Amino acid sequence: MQVEKKEFKPTIVAFCCNWCSYAGADLSGTNRLNYPANVKIIRVPCSCRVNPMFVLRAFQRGADGVIICGCHPGDCHYTTGNYYARRRMTLLFSMLDFLGIERDRTRLEWVSAAEGAKFAATMNDFVETVTKLGENKRLEDLRCKKQ
Amino acid sequence: MQRIGVFVCWCGSNIAGTVDVHKVAEALKSEPGVVISTQYQYMCSEAGQTLIKDAIRDHKLTGIVVCSCSPRMHEATFRKTAAAAGLNPYMVEIANIREQCSWIHKDMEVGTEKAIILGRAAIAKVHLNAPLVAGESPVVKRALVIGGGIAGIQTALDIADAGFPVDIVETKPTIGGKMAQIDKTFPTLDCAACILTPKMVDAAQHEKINIYAYSEVAEVKGFVGNFSVKIKQKARMVDTTKCTGCGLCVEKCPMKKVPNEFNLGMDKRSAIYIPFAQAVPKVATIDPTACIKMKTGKCGLCATVCEAGAIDYTQQDSFIEEKYGAIVVATGYNPINLDKYDEFAYNQSPDVITSLEFERLTNAAGPTAGKLLRPSDGKHPHTLVFVQCVGSRCDVANEKGKSYCSKICCMYTAKHAMLCREKYPDTDVYVFYIDVRTPGKNFDEFYRRAVEEYGVHYIKGMVGKVAPQADGTLLVQGSDLIEGEQLKIKADLVVLAAAIEPDKSARPLATMLTASMDTNDFFTEAHPKLRPVESPTAGVFLSGCCQGPKDIPETVSQASGAAAKVIGLLVKDSLTCNPCVAHSNELMCNGCSACEKVCPYGAISYEDKEFRMPDRTTAIRRVASVNPAVCQGCGACTVACPSGAMDLNGFSNSQIMAEVDAICK
Repeated sequence: MQVEKKEFKPTIVAFCCNWCSYAGADLSGTNRLNYPANVKIIRVPCSCRVNPMFVLRAFQRGADGVIICGCHPGDCHYTTGNYYARRRMTLLFSMLDFLGIERDRTRLEWVSAAEGAKFAATMNDFVETVTKLGENKRLEDLRCKKQ
Repeated sequence: MQRIGVFVCWCGSNIAGTVDVHKVAEALKSEPGVVISTQYQYMCSEAGQTLIKDAIRDHKLTGIVVCSCSPRMHEATFRKTAAAAGLNPYMVEIANIREQCSWIHKDMEVGTEKAIILGRAAIAKVHLNAPLVAGESPVVKRALVIGGGIAGIQTALDIADAGFPVDIVETKPTIGGKMAQIDKTFPTLDCAACILTPKMVDAAQHEKINIYAYSEVAEVKGFVGNFSVKIKQKARMVDTTKCTGCGLCVEKCPMKKVPNEFNLGMDKRSAIYIPFAQAVPKVATIDPTACIKMKTGKCGLCATVCEAGAIDYTQQDSFIEEKYGAIVVATGYNPINLDKYDEFAYNQSPDVITSLEFERLTNAAGPTAGKLLRPSDGKHPHTLVFVQCVGSRCDVANEKGKSYCSKICCMYTAKHAMLCREKYPDTDVYVFYIDVRTPGKNFDEFYRRAVEEYGVHYIKGMVGKVAPQADGTLLVQGSDLIEGEQLKIKADLVVLAAAIEPDKSARPLATMLTASMDTNDFFTEAHPKLRPVESPTAGVFLSGCCQGPKDIPETVSQASGAAAKVIGLLVKDSLTCNPCVAHSNELMCNGCSACEKVCPYGAISYEDKEFRMPDRTTAIRRVASVNPAVCQGCGACTVACPSGAMDLNGFSNSQIMAEVDAICK
């Protein structure tokens, strides 16, 4: 059997809060600022809605990187949501690192509704970083392996 | 199993240009539960919406997915469409294949592939959607306007004229703002005070308007229709109900060496002061940092001369709490600090001034009673140099200053130059500019008059250095880009058109209101074109320069626009609540209080409920319950809940997991 060597394209899941980062992502689209198509955005009301379970699930299902974007500290639409997210994700990311999911595969970033350029730049950088790390196999669930 | 309809929008060529919409519709047809998958040029159009409505009825759809632009754009539109066809509006999901797909990917294959995945994720989510019914919350029929400049005054007058009570909160002792300091207004050259002060009086005398001058917003709680605001009234040391504004105290006050902020420090005022003659409210204020009585306990002269007995040295800051249905932000602007601009010698010579200082120098009520005199020696200047774009249109990465155009400087500089030549024909007036920007009714005509009729010398180029000379003049070195030569001008007065920036109070206020700002601290509007007077936070509206640089006519029209939006909100008796709120599964809740502690709104409380246990006994358990009218749907509690009892409508754990699965498949 011949193994076809394909260029590695990581799967990236981005959780974006509705008020800042999702709007920032929209703005980067409106301004036609490119970032790789590997990034797929899931809209959540606030970064504090992201349950660590979702991040684990993504890695389990074969995501190579997970990024969570929220409003800048102090600018949260719900006043304190991004602070909760920061605490939770700090803990989760270091635990994942302990499990062997490199720290660079996870990221928490603040992107405001006006920062379309920052959103695109962040995504470009994150995809590049994850591409260098290669495929994530650590938490992969063989039952849902790609054919 | 849901019966799902998928509608792929072309958005003209916006989506169809880089996404094969036919292929997307075809691919999504085979997803579980999809009974119809189709595409159309413009789904948001009348015909597109009819197509959706017909499909809902014909195929008995229980959920729909629209692959189109951002849900921030048309989610509400398609929810209404669904409701019109008898489908619960919360059974609609949007796959964002424009802003987050077709507009950022140039390759058709890549774009199409991503659009299919985004469509799949939306289908996976809609499978788990549940019909939601929105509740209602009452509207407090009162508005708050923060800032008492021309923007705030106009907004307040318009709202009050429609019959709703309005409170204005202004940090300064008087309303009026920047416009009160301006001498003449472009392009008609009518006197600013003559058109502003009657409006200030109207606001003060309006039965529906209440002015809290010398006050600040200390705390904001609540949400659209029901804000609760704490206002701090700073101590004036003067009883405003007794003070008649006679000015005797100002006259007798022995401390007369305080820099007068109204005249930008170009003359002095007394420790007890009334900012200017037409101040509203016209009452005295004691400056506690300058008052001898406040500092040493001796003096008290103002209290002895005050016939009304209004002086009260023991006055403390007081707080008022009031409820409002809507809040308008009108915090305005300030010229930037020029301390860093050594090249223009702003700090080295008193004869280098800002344009706002020039306004005061030409104002009849200003420090020189309207005579144009040099601040250093009080002599009449013969050569004046105006420098434009000081701190505007800078490359912020390498320079100090702002990246944006401050918009008003070209016009007021033309005004200053013109007035100067008109009043003093013996003066030579030079204007250094990068571009002259005059879009606006009668603006370009005005600028051309300055050049052609008044003989103002416009020089395209920037000033490199202003050097104070021993003889008291200023040597201005600049380049003339059109003639291609270096110029040296011996000037008597240099006027800098400083960039304008949002008032410093705006940033903490934005945090209190949870209204977003851009990188320059201007408030962001809900939509840059279609909702320019609303902030993305419901119930918070924007008026004037807090949203971006503006001249007076634009400010007034935005102020009236914001007022119209507020009136539209206040005429309603109740508002539809967001049904995407948290709810707890009482059977799973163990009453641990983790959710209650993280809730920023205090929407979660605990109650004892009777439960029937498996062994047919009854037990009383403590369980969480969410008040849907107070919950704003952030979801902090859902993550804090250790048992998974707390979930969020519209963004449930299972829905988000389904999206994750669809994307990672």
